[in-house]
Amino acid sequence: MAQVETEESVHIVAYKTYVYVWVALLLLLAATIAVAKVEFSKYGVFVNLLIASIKAGLVLFFFMHLKYERWLLKALLFMVIATLTAVIALFFADVMFR
Amino acid sequence: MEKSEEQRDRTGAKYGMWFFLFTEILFFGGMFILYSIFRAEYAKDFHAAAAEENLLLGSINTAVLLTSSLAIAISISAVKKGDYRLSMRLQTATILMGLAFLVIKYFEWTAKIDKGIYPDSPVLLKMSGGAILFFGLYYVMTGLHGLHVLIGVVVISFMVYFTKTGDITSENFSKLENTGLYWHFVDIVWIYLFPLFYLIT
Repeated sequence: MAQVETEESVHIVAYKTYVYVWVALLLLLAATIAVAKVEFSKYGVFVNLLIASIKAGLVLFFFMHLKYERWLLKALLFMVIATLTAVIALFFADVMFR
Repeated sequence: MEKSEEQRDRTGAKYGMWFFLFTEILFFGGMFILYSIFRAEYAKDFHAAAAEENLLLGSINTAVLLTSSLAIAISISAVKKGDYRLSMRLQTATILMGLAFLVIKYFEWTAKIDKGIYPDSPVLLKMSGGAILFFGLYYVMTGLHGLHVLIGVVVISFMVYFTKTGDITSENFSKLENTGLYWHFVDIVWIYLFPLFYLIT
């Protein structure tokens, strides 16, 4: 008789882990404001978007449990983000070379 | 309340929520594309217009949303451990922080509207083309984000009720887990909106 596939066991993330992530997020918030205030002109925008992406990554991997999910979900999310990136690139190419 | 023959698919429920969030990423993504194209075209106007934004209120709102995300994340761990009291308290805290976010947003919007800056207003139409686009995008993007926060607040209110009635338990928490995913997604959208509208002066 075939074994019925059981569900993944419940994964409980420690409260402490979440608090650490939250502290990191607040520090990154302070960093992003500082970068904008100091005015690196051109690079400021790039640095701030980079910081935003690190914050988004922390939320995704820890708060949204992506770190503990199977590769399938990670691959699906990657495909969505890659699609959006490709569309943005195509839009820019269209506007710039018009 | 446990029925032994009840069938649940926790993984399926979670993946369904993620698929919905994928469509949300593309929904907000469209507006981010508009923003970046116009921003590239009207860089100076965007910088000048962003001076109208209240950096202090924007920063406070970012901190409020990040903290609310912490609260709902811990509330899910608490339910899994069977600590329903703590979970309900943290869910309620998340609701209050969501409402605080909307109240601050209300003050920001009314401050702008008092200055005559709102879509199609005579003051705005006299401004540069880039400024018109900037404030148009500001109202649409923060407005739709605010709507998501409002929906989140309503859904989390139901979760508090379900936790109280025992519909959400340490064995059956998909509803709460999916609500958490939604709330964190709304947080991520704000993480990108904040630098794009408040930090480009």
